Amino acid sequence: MIHNLLARYAESLFWMARYMERAENLARILGVHEFQGTTARGQRDWYSIVRLNADEQRFATRYPVTTAQNVVNFYLSDGNNPTSIISAVRMARDNARTMRPWISTEMWSQINVFHNRMLALTAEDVRLPNLVRTCAAIKEACQTHTGITEGTFYQDEGWYHYRIGKLIERADQTTRLLDIHYHAVVRDDGAAGHYDVVRWHAVLRSAAGYHAFRRVYPRGMGAAQVAAFMLFNESFPRSVAVCVAQINGMLARLKSHYLLRGGNGAMEKVDEIQATLARPVERVLDDGLHSYLDWLQCRFADVTSELGRDFFGHGPPATSP
Amino acid sequence: MSESAATDRGLLAGYDPGGFYDELFGQVAAPAAHTRLVRRRLDSMALEELRRRAHDAELELYNLGITFLIMSERDAVDRILPFDLIPRTISAAEWERLEAGVVQRVTALNLFLHDIYHDQKIIKDGVVPADLVLGNPNYRPHMAGLDVPHGTYIHILGVDLVRDGSGTFRVLEDNGRVPSGVSYVIENRHMMTRVFPDLMQDIGIRPVDEYGMRLLQTMAEIAPAGIREPRVVLLSPGTYNSAFFEHIFLAREMGVPLVEGRDLVIHDDRVYMRTIGGLARVDAIYRRIGDDFLDPKAFNPASLLGVPGLFEAYRKGHVALANAIGTGVADDKAVYCYVPRMIRYYLDQDAIIPNVDTYICREPDSLKYTCDNLANLVVKPVGEAGGYGIVIGPRATQMELERCREKLLANPENYISQPLVPLSVCPTLTDTGIEPRHVDLRPFAITGSKTWVLPGGLSRVALRRGALVVNSSQGGGSKDTWVLEANPLGPGTMEGGRP
Repeated sequence: MIHNLLARYAESLFWMARYMERAENLARILGVHEFQGTTARGQRDWYSIVRLNADEQRFATRYPVTTAQNVVNFYLSDGNNPTSIISAVRMARDNARTMRPWISTEMWSQINVFHNRMLALTAEDVRLPNLVRTCAAIKEACQTHTGITEGTFYQDEGWYHYRIGKLIERADQTTRLLDIHYHAVVRDDGAAGHYDVVRWHAVLRSAAGYHAFRRVYPRGMGAAQVAAFMLFNESFPRSVAVCVAQINGMLARLKSHYLLRGGNGAMEKVDEIQATLARPVERVLDDGLHSYLDWLQCRFADVTSELGRDFFGHGPPATSP
Repeated sequence: MSESAATDRGLLAGYDPGGFYDELFGQVAAPAAHTRLVRRRLDSMALEELRRRAHDAELELYNLGITFLIMSERDAVDRILPFDLIPRTISAAEWERLEAGVVQRVTALNLFLHDIYHDQKIIKDGVVPADLVLGNPNYRPHMAGLDVPHGTYIHILGVDLVRDGSGTFRVLEDNGRVPSGVSYVIENRHMMTRVFPDLMQDIGIRPVDEYGMRLLQTMAEIAPAGIREPRVVLLSPGTYNSAFFEHIFLAREMGVPLVEGRDLVIHDDRVYMRTIGGLARVDAIYRRIGDDFLDPKAFNPASLLGVPGLFEAYRKGHVALANAIGTGVADDKAVYCYVPRMIRYYLDQDAIIPNVDTYICREPDSLKYTCDNLANLVVKPVGEAGGYGIVIGPRATQMELERCREKLLANPENYISQPLVPLSVCPTLTDTGIEPRHVDLRPFAITGSKTWVLPGGLSRVALRRGALVVNSSQGGGSKDTWVLEANPLGPGTMEGGRP
């Protein structure tokens, strides 16, 4: 078998996909959050994003006051914050630039233009009243990327790495979205109330899952149902179960199509995740949703480092051809 | 110009080349017949329409990222190479001569390189001074006695041509190390077909698309014998190199991996690249890294861009490199002066494309001529690169000329002199309308077992009024270069062919 894909290219494709997916998910979180930012409680909600990304320190050094607008600036247009949307787009673009020999011209051009548009964002664009519109435009640019990729990207071994990167990031972001809101509900109220329904609405709308959720659960909207939908549903494209099943399939096909010896470590980690996806959701909640989400995020990181070792050339240097 | 402009109020009405040879109009006394149709079509276009299309083209270049990188203190900025929509046209007959001239030149340069790395006959016969070659920093003793496939050292040559006041093309410089710019030739053509299809229709323009295919074919020709499907890669210094776009472009055109030094590894004097499935053998490398940085073991030990041990693999014939190592001695400023003599020595021919008249000051007659005509000449030190130490006589003060004379007399072998060439101009879109701007031409030749020349080449244009420097770093832009077909078909070209 002749391998043409450089290890470095596989890694760049993987991260290009991840950063674009990350930008989309951040735009989803910020875009839907907006309507809650007007109350004191809303201000706290904004800060929960900072906490869940473990960005407290970095945020504090850059912004003396915690306001909704500062949090939005920090995550949307602050190029010095590596976890901002603009940083994600820049990294996606840097990887795309490296990958120009491999990706389609249309993919490159769209990311390049998107990046230029992000650089041209004004203070007015990121002001709270305009946030929904700006986030919608960012989300659409990411979806345009997805569509162009689907329609133009040659489906060889590089494409598998791209897909795996995208799916890992999506699953990871779903756990984070759930965590942000679940955290707030549990801490503030303990018991379910009207406000929680508003919050679960926000989660589902962020993930574009509200109507599908209604079809699956016509009655009620509680933590258990939302968590089950976001984690275990087998048809919702942003659920952890769907993403992980696809990662599993991609890895298996990548290995068999291209006769690759590596990849077993990543597949074992994926198996480990899949084994937890059949549990009753009540048990997951009893054991603590946050700690389960945390565990999932660690496993996604494990899959990434396994891929790094086997495919991206991070392992001990090969000593013979 | 009444013959050339279709109407008194057309786009080109009032255009004045200012006494220079004009690439579109020719000379006032002898208008260029082959550009008549192009002139007529341009003339009938409104300036606003041309500006709109120019704007579209610029936006597209930017969106497609057809850029070169400029490093500033804080970060790296992508700049597009400004593109001027008004093409530069070359007639079939003119091109036939240029093509033959480029083939002749690359043939002589390769024979020269083979000679100086083997028997050094040209030195022994006293045609080229020994110290110019052997004392040259770009002469690589590593290459002595090494045989390269087909005797080809310069697989890719870019020749910088200028056209003087009489309309004669002359060689200004050879680029035989890592010549760049070919990607713009092809991208400029793509851009023209998108924004100016109506100007191109039925003209009969020689295509430029096959460059990548030809290059790959040549890489396969020079790969070690006995490998059925040699693996070719393009070796780039990386994304922060100013020519990275071109590296991407050529890797894509050839359909080969674009690698960096860190992607390659040497085992048992063989080259491998790191893939997702482990190490994979590499047979031929189109390298866009200079000799010095290619292999820290053999050359500059501080280089992080190269591949340790690559030279040894090359020396043993396990991998091909294009261009070969040590070609820099052939495109040196001092050696340049001897190329016409090389052509005579090796091929027993006169140079088809003359050099710019050059006085080699180590020769007494030339030294005397140079000293007598200092105020009219450009004096260049031969050892320096990048324009250092050049004295432009017509623009120098009396004191500068005196100092130059002292240096010349003290160390004549270190200098050459040339007349200031009045570069030809081409109509160019500027902020104030259509104006003449100076242009040069860099044709590209690919050589494996034989030589192929890309029709046309890169026409660079100095965008500032009166400027003679066309380099992109000095605010230069580029134009599409049209080589017209010899036997055009269709009514449009028939018309264009009439005087």
